[in-house]
This record gives sequence, structure tokens and C-alpha cells, in this order.
Amino acid sequence: MSDFAVEANDIVRTFNDGDVQALKGVSLHVRRGEVFGLLGPNGSGKTTMVRILSTILSPTSGTATVDGFDVVKHPDKVRRRIGLAGQYATVDENLTGFENLRMIGSLNHLQKSFVLIRAKELLKEFGLTDAAHRNVKTYSGGMRRRLDLAAALVARPPILFLDEPTSGLDPQSRQDLWTIIEGLVEGGTTVLLTTQYLEEADRLCKQLVVLDKGTIIAQGTSQELKTRLGATVLSLSFHTTGDAARGIELIRDVSTKPANVEGTVVELTVEGGPASAAEALRRLDAADIALSGLTLREPSLDDVFLSLTGHKTEDELAPSDSETKSTRKARAG
Amino acid sequence: MTITSDSIHADKSSLGWAVSDVLTIARRNMLAIIRIPTALVFTILQPIMFVLLFRYVFGSGAIATDIPGGYVNYLLPGIIVQTTIFGAVGTAIGLAEDLQRGLIERFRALPMARMAVLAGRTVSDLGRNVLVLIIISLVGFAVGFRPHGGVVDYLFACLITLLFAYCLSWGFAYIGLAAPNSEAAQAMTFPLIFPLTFVSGIFVRVSSMPGWLQGFATYQPVSEVTKAVRYLMDGSKAIPTHGNSIWVAIIWSVGLIAILGPLATAKYKKVA
Repeated sequence: MSDFAVEANDIVRTFNDGDVQALKGVSLHVRRGEVFGLLGPNGSGKTTMVRILSTILSPTSGTATVDGFDVVKHPDKVRRRIGLAGQYATVDENLTGFENLRMIGSLNHLQKSFVLIRAKELLKEFGLTDAAHRNVKTYSGGMRRRLDLAAALVARPPILFLDEPTSGLDPQSRQDLWTIIEGLVEGGTTVLLTTQYLEEADRLCKQLVVLDKGTIIAQGTSQELKTRLGATVLSLSFHTTGDAARGIELIRDVSTKPANVEGTVVELTVEGGPASAAEALRRLDAADIALSGLTLREPSLDDVFLSLTGHKTEDELAPSDSETKSTRKARAG
Repeated sequence: MTITSDSIHADKSSLGWAVSDVLTIARRNMLAIIRIPTALVFTILQPIMFVLLFRYVFGSGAIATDIPGGYVNYLLPGIIVQTTIFGAVGTAIGLAEDLQRGLIERFRALPMARMAVLAGRTVSDLGRNVLVLIIISLVGFAVGFRPHGGVVDYLFACLITLLFAYCLSWGFAYIGLAAPNSEAAQAMTFPLIFPLTFVSGIFVRVSSMPGWLQGFATYQPVSEVTKAVRYLMDGSKAIPTHGNSIWVAIIWSVGLIAILGPLATAKYKKVA
């Protein structure tokens, strides 16, 4: 059996008779027992990739195997080995939490007695025991996501696909989900997750792939990507654009990466953190340039993109919209 | 979590699993009918309102009929057909909703029988229609309906109605799958169900309509099914040619499902 839990080779997927290319030849190799992250903004093709790997969508070209089985040739074998949760996998609002798990268990063709025990066990594990017999309609966003994840786990799948598992959640619910996912990985589950949050990828994923417009633009461990990026972002606000232009000349070499200037705001990725900030301030002070603001923050997905592609993720909004529309159209037929 | 999952899977033939999947989906849809207030209103309250409306508001003289036993005996067989057709709107709404919410996506990633979503939906519609027929019959008796055909004929009439409604619900399934959302699905069904139910022999005699409407009203399937149901339930056995309607109704049903079934199935494969 292959060392890889998930393998994808040169996956291409187009919508609208080729007008929209959601994936332009993506290859992935996910090792057993690891958490693999697909990082990218809306419209980068993350969800399309997950839909292909979970047999919901077929690739236009390219091949993919999950647990050694081809997703196109043996979808039923793949479906017996995967769990899917996240933005496209939903729970039934008109059923209770328990009924949802029982339904999914039955549709997974599991033994009835096993499903009953498993459902109770999962509800307990995810803190939903008290809400087990309440309609999902009354659940909070965080509770729904936990139930969604529980539903994906009913059949004890060795491989789990999580499509933006925490998007739109409050910080506490996000932390809770992260802890749950970490627990699963400790138990030996292979997880492939998509995310827009660098923090999430950093916390959970061993291996990362950064997608942009259907292509892989970077891959490696989270540490490798961060090293390529610089650890922190120093953001300086000047009073005038003239100050900003003069200032940037003085502090440019604090960072090894090109600076990003937007009006009166200058952003630098710095490795030295506070020390680099202090150095920049000293130089600006010596030149008598005053600042209206200063922040030092962890790099965001925007910064990754800026660093890797030279454009911010906002640039992606237009193609992302067209992809969503075309996906809907393709679904509506 | 690394243990092999084979020990937890139950053993059944693939046909056995397909039946189990259909019933699982059907049960889930039936629960939704009970739990969504609007669905409950559509299913149970609306048909009762129609009975009362036509029995007491329009049926107390506004609509003249010369049926022995009065308008109520003419109306009830028609209402039985009408409510099952109105109920089929729920098929379209339910499927559109499942599609919209992404539930069908989740089903697609499960090792279940692929057609169970559609088949389960039509089976739960059948279940709902059985419930509706019982309620309408009871309400009908309460407002003075007295069928003359005997128990066997009455049940046969109900079976014909259920068969027709079942076949029709594949058409409504198609609409639900084609609609961009559940509101649109509902809107798309109205231009269909209004002419089918009101331009028919359900509420009034076709002969009372203007000449240009009579052709459609006489031969469209809903009128044929209504004729068959009425023939079996009440005293209109006096018109012997109506007996043929039983065969016509069955042929319509089989013909409809032969066309609508594959159409809905193809649509489902395309969108889900």
C-alpha cells in the first residue's frame, strides 16, 4: 500500500465548458497520519480540490487516489474511507444532533448498534450531550460545526477532509475545534484541511501548499514558509505621502523583502521583531520624520500572498466571484 | 482511529442497502414535514381549508350542481386529487432546499446509493399523501360527504390518486433540482399546478367553462384522474363512460413516470 493517504497528480478542473479554470494542474502528496493544509484565498481552488478528492466532483483531467483507490474509478471505496466536513458539508437543520448522526451512520451502512454507541460517544466528546435531542436549528454556529465534524467521524474514517473548518467562527469556538482536530491526529487520522487563515495552518498543519488561482505557488512546512516570509510585519503610518517616500528610503534595509507602500502606510516584513522596529524608529527620528502610527503583527494570508505573488488577496475577489457563480451555474445546470 | 472500519459495517446486499438508504432519506423527510411549521400548514391545514372553503363558501349555492347528494359528494373526490397535487410542491421545495444548503453534497461523499435522495423524496411524498388522504376523508365525512361506492372502491380510488401523485412528484423533483433556490422552486410550480387543478373537473363541471377551455379541461390528466376517483367514490356511476377513466388515469400515470422519472434522474446526476 502506498505511503500516501492522498495523492493527486496534475489535477485540472474547468467549469462552463472550459471558460473558468478552477484548477490548473495541481499535484499533492499527503502522508499517512499528517495534517496537510491547503492555504489560499476565496476562489483559489481549495474547495474544488476537496470536492474532487471526496468524489463529489470529477476532475477534467489528472488522477487522484485516496487510501490507494482512484477517486473516479472506485468512488464507493473512497467514500468508505473518508469523512467530509466544512463549508460544503452540512447537517440537517430539522433533525436533532443525535438524529443527524444516526442518519449519517445509516447512510454509511454501519451496524445499527454501533451507530447508537458511536453517536453518543461523539456527542459527548464534542460537548453536545445536552443538546443531543434538540433540533439543530437551535444550535450556535460553533455547535453546528462540531456536529458537522462529528457526522464526518461516525464511520471512523482514516482520512478526513475539512473544508475551511473554522471560517466564520468566534475565537473560542475556533480554539475548541483546533483542539478536537489535534486530538484526531494524535489518534492517527490523516487530515487534509483548507483554510484562509495562516494562524490556523501554522497551528495545525505539518505540510502546507499555497494555492493561487488554481495553481500551487508555494509548498513546504509551515516553518519553511514563514522563514521565506519573514516573521513579523512592521506597519508604519506617516502623516504625508512625502514623509512615507522619504521614510522608506531610510528604513528599506531593515527588511530583506521589498516594502509595500499604500498611500501613507508602509509595510515591511522584519525578522528582528521589536528590535527591527526600534531600529526603524531611530532612523526616522534622526531624520525628523514623525509617525502617526506603528504596529507590529504576525503575517496574515495577505502578507504571504504579497510576498509570494506581489499582489494582495483582494485582487482575487473578481475571479473568485466568477468561480462561485460558474460553480453555481454548473450545479444548477 | 486507525482500526479498520470493516468490523463496524453491516452486511447486506447492494439492493438491500439501496432500500435501506431510500427509507433513511424518506424518514428524514417525513420528520421535516412534522417539524417545519410551514410544511405542516401546507400538508394538513391547507387541504382542510380547501374542503371548508368549497363546501361552505362556494358550494352553498354559488356553484350549481345537480349531483344526487349535493355538491359535497361532487367536491370531495376532486379535493382528494387536488391536495395530493398541491402537496407535490413540497417535493420541489424540499429538494431545492437540500441542494441549496449543501446537504446533497454531503450525501454525495457517502457510500450510499446515489438515487436514494430522489427515490427517498418521492417515497416520503407518498407517505405524506397517505396521511393527507386519511385526514381529508375524515374531514369529508364530517362535512357531509357520503361515498356510495363501498370500501373497496374507495380504497381503489385512493390508490389511483396516490399512483398519479407519485408519478407526478418526479416532475416536481425535476423542478426542485432545476430551481436556483427553494423560493424559486415554489414560484415555478404555481404556473403548473393552478391550471392543472382549477382548469379541471375538480371543483366545477367542465361543461360550465367557456368552449375554448373545455378541450384542455376535459382531456388533461388531472381531470381524467378526478373522473376515475369520482366514478369509484360517488353516484356518478350513472355515467358509464366514466369507467374508462380508471384505465386512462393509470395510463397517464405510467406514461408520466416513464418520461418524468428519467428526466429527474438525469437532472439529478447533472446538478448533484
